Amino acid sequence: MADTALHTEHHTSTGLSNVKLGMWLFLGSECLLFGGLISTYMLYRGRVGEGPTPSQVFDIPFTSVSSFVLLMSSLTMVLAVSAANQKDDRGTTLWLTITALLGATFVGGQVYEFTAFYNEGLGFTTSLFASSFYVLTGFHGVHVTVGIIMLMSLVGILKRSKVPGSKSETVEMIGLYWHFVDVVWIVIFTLIYLIPV
Amino acid sequence: MDRDLYPHLPHSGVTMTTEQTHEEATHQHGMSNAGYVKIALILAAITALEVSTYYIDFGPFFMPSLMIMMVVKFVMVVSYFMHLKFDNKIFSWLFYAGLFLAIGVYVAFLSTFKFFIA
Repeated sequence: MADTALHTEHHTSTGLSNVKLGMWLFLGSECLLFGGLISTYMLYRGRVGEGPTPSQVFDIPFTSVSSFVLLMSSLTMVLAVSAANQKDDRGTTLWLTITALLGATFVGGQVYEFTAFYNEGLGFTTSLFASSFYVLTGFHGVHVTVGIIMLMSLVGILKRSKVPGSKSETVEMIGLYWHFVDVVWIVIFTLIYLIPV
Repeated sequence: MDRDLYPHLPHSGVTMTTEQTHEEATHQHGMSNAGYVKIALILAAITALEVSTYYIDFGPFFMPSLMIMMVVKFVMVVSYFMHLKFDNKIFSWLFYAGLFLAIGVYVAFLSTFKFFIA
């Protein structure tokens, strides 16, 4: 049955889901958070001091693969939402698990990247470029990690069939968060990695 | 009837088949699973094009093309994967208000530090 919280009339003053309104408001506010971090990086990316420059440390082929992995996790997430709308619990669980695995691959790649950068002499306090880079990408990595925790928690409670309220709405809300993390990376990948200083 | 209390019941007491269910879900969200895969393939192709700008000299088109591709990818994910295109416009207003506020604030911030002149 396609009766989901997505389009069902809700008993609220707006006729819309308050949970969904809250989630979109939260995502709108997250734009301000990441906007601040991206702007700070853009301002300081040329301030390398004695440390290595962005072009000396960035590994574009590696980051491109990571970006592709995160992009594909958005596809698996939307397929999980689609399965949830069709009340296909097995499909929902499968796609959510794949999404979490792809997210974990991305975070693993980021940990490897940070380690490689550190070994090349780019510590957190090496330069303003280093600090702003680690804070920006680190914040994003934390968001992805939180997303993975939410996905796996959801898989756990789906298996016990203890999701309060509408299952499909719960899956959709976590999906919105996950896609947002993906669109933030779309911006970061272009502005931070692909545009030379 | 409070549908939050009886979410398993169909609309108007009509029994729906699985096919009807899928068709309605597709209609409501505006896309089928195949449609999502197509969007993902387009996004992957644009990403490949973006990466190619790092290796191929696009001359004066480098920056504009990168910006356009970034915006296209952003809008596609938000519109199709996040369903903003098919959902109530209030959600779009909430999100884009935050986004454009952020863009305005930080463009002003960067301008203060003469980022664009440099």
